[in-house]
Amino acid sequence: MNRSSLNRYTPDEMMTIAAARLIWPGCVCFVGIGVPSAAANLARLTHAPDMVLIYESGGIGTQPSVLPLSIGDGELAETATAVVSLPEIFSYWLQAGRIDLGFLGAAQIDRFGNLNTTVIGDYAKPKTRLPGAGGAPEIVLHAKQIFVVLKQSPRSFVAKLDFCTSAGFLNGHGERARRAITGAGPQVVITDLGVLKPAPDSQELTLVARYENVSVDKICQATGWPLGIADNIDVVATPPADELRVLRDLHKRTEIAHTGDVLRSRKTPRPLISQVNA
Amino acid sequence: MQFGSLQEIIDEHIRDGQSVALEGFTHLIPFAAGHEILRQKKRDLHLIRMTPDLIYDQLIGAGCACSLTFSWGGNPGVGSLHRLRDAVENDWPRPLEIHEHSHAGMAAAYTAGAARMPFGMLRGYVGTDLPDVNPQVREVRCPYTNEKIATVPAINPAVTILHAQAADRQGNILIRGIVGAQKEAALAAGTLIVTVEEIVESLDAPINAIVLPHWVVTAIAEVPTGAYPSYALGYYARDNAFYLAWDEIARDRERFMEWINRHVLQSRDHAEFLDSLAEAA
Repeated sequence: MNRSSLNRYTPDEMMTIAAARLIWPGCVCFVGIGVPSAAANLARLTHAPDMVLIYESGGIGTQPSVLPLSIGDGELAETATAVVSLPEIFSYWLQAGRIDLGFLGAAQIDRFGNLNTTVIGDYAKPKTRLPGAGGAPEIVLHAKQIFVVLKQSPRSFVAKLDFCTSAGFLNGHGERARRAITGAGPQVVITDLGVLKPAPDSQELTLVARYENVSVDKICQATGWPLGIADNIDVVATPPADELRVLRDLHKRTEIAHTGDVLRSRKTPRPLISQVNA
Repeated sequence: MQFGSLQEIIDEHIRDGQSVALEGFTHLIPFAAGHEILRQKKRDLHLIRMTPDLIYDQLIGAGCACSLTFSWGGNPGVGSLHRLRDAVENDWPRPLEIHEHSHAGMAAAYTAGAARMPFGMLRGYVGTDLPDVNPQVREVRCPYTNEKIATVPAINPAVTILHAQAADRQGNILIRGIVGAQKEAALAAGTLIVTVEEIVESLDAPINAIVLPHWVVTAIAEVPTGAYPSYALGYYARDNAFYLAWDEIARDRERFMEWINRHVLQSRDHAEFLDSLAEAA
């Protein structure tokens, strides 16, 4: 990747930027680590400075200068309006319906926006054991709506999940509403190729937008089921130089911070190690 | 309440086959205590932690655990916990029984444990396959509205171990920063062991700070930098470079065992462990 060139960009950058643009000013957003955290912070640094960023580690209204590597990096606490306990963040804040937007990634997604972050293969004897649920099963129930961001390929966009970790629209056709789930569920899925939204009646994910230089054909081939396509497919605007610059500066600062010396400006009882080789 | 060396406290209070929770959500993870458990070769432990993190990757890879209760088992921001994966996927070095929750479920289970209630409740686990693989996740009907509410049995570890910023001379403990479910895990436990950055004359705690009073604490050891490579707010930052480097170390069984031998087993205590890492850097 050529970081210096601001008229070229990667599919990952396009995905992060397209996701960030969908966040609105004032939005109370519960984010996971990775692309959701990058997109939410990009929105906060550009068009939505007053958005409220919440991480499950208990930071409410946190304003990190670099992207946290973990969900509980110190800066998330130090820059937060309030830091609460984990039982509190999940009960008084998430379950009580105080979150506008839950922003998640996944390893697998199906046509109804159900998510797998648990296993590839059989649960008892998995081919690949993934990290698991974390906050997601309840975030998808209680946040007023959900954005999902993940790379699109036949391995990630599957006809049948190996395991349903977190509910999207279940079997679609109103099942989510019939089960009295309070949140509206996944309203947008942002990938490295385009954007999908649930169809009004079936709630099946439907392609509504593509990125420049990505064909509808390519997006269909990257999907493990016959993908529904909206009548009018939008083309997402190419990122302008300033948007790319803010994102790349953020990643650059983050990289320096995460490989840096933990001694920096700390009260440290003994010398610490910044790099470890066995 | 006893003050002592970490070595004697772990020797006295941790027994093979016990349920043990080393809590701390990313912050204040009791690495020094975990390493001492590893050094003393405790076996058949039922490990409990919301996020197993590197410390349980190490204990599982070294063969200390027979089961694990958890809600998210990755290396945060990096990827897999390779030793946990190897145990679940290949039974190496031994089979690991898993009891899997969501964060909200496990938080409710600790809260019930602290309150000495038999189960915790939440609006949760709807539409997920988790109850199919964890039969402990059940439901009750609300006696007032008839609404279905998910339940999880209380978690009451035989021993909970925390790392905290400070204890005073009486043994009162102060925790600040990201506090996770530490207070709940502490009050849910039969025995509470705490390592601290320092023992001070007075905690000077703000009125609503999280303070665990000395009479709920079983034993305290002063272990500076005892959360490293996790962190202690106000003392040292999370060593994110170490978390990144762990991915390579843990990926390979032999390299992992070499690392454990060289840095944990061949060190007498946490200070020596930190010195051995410094030498290798």
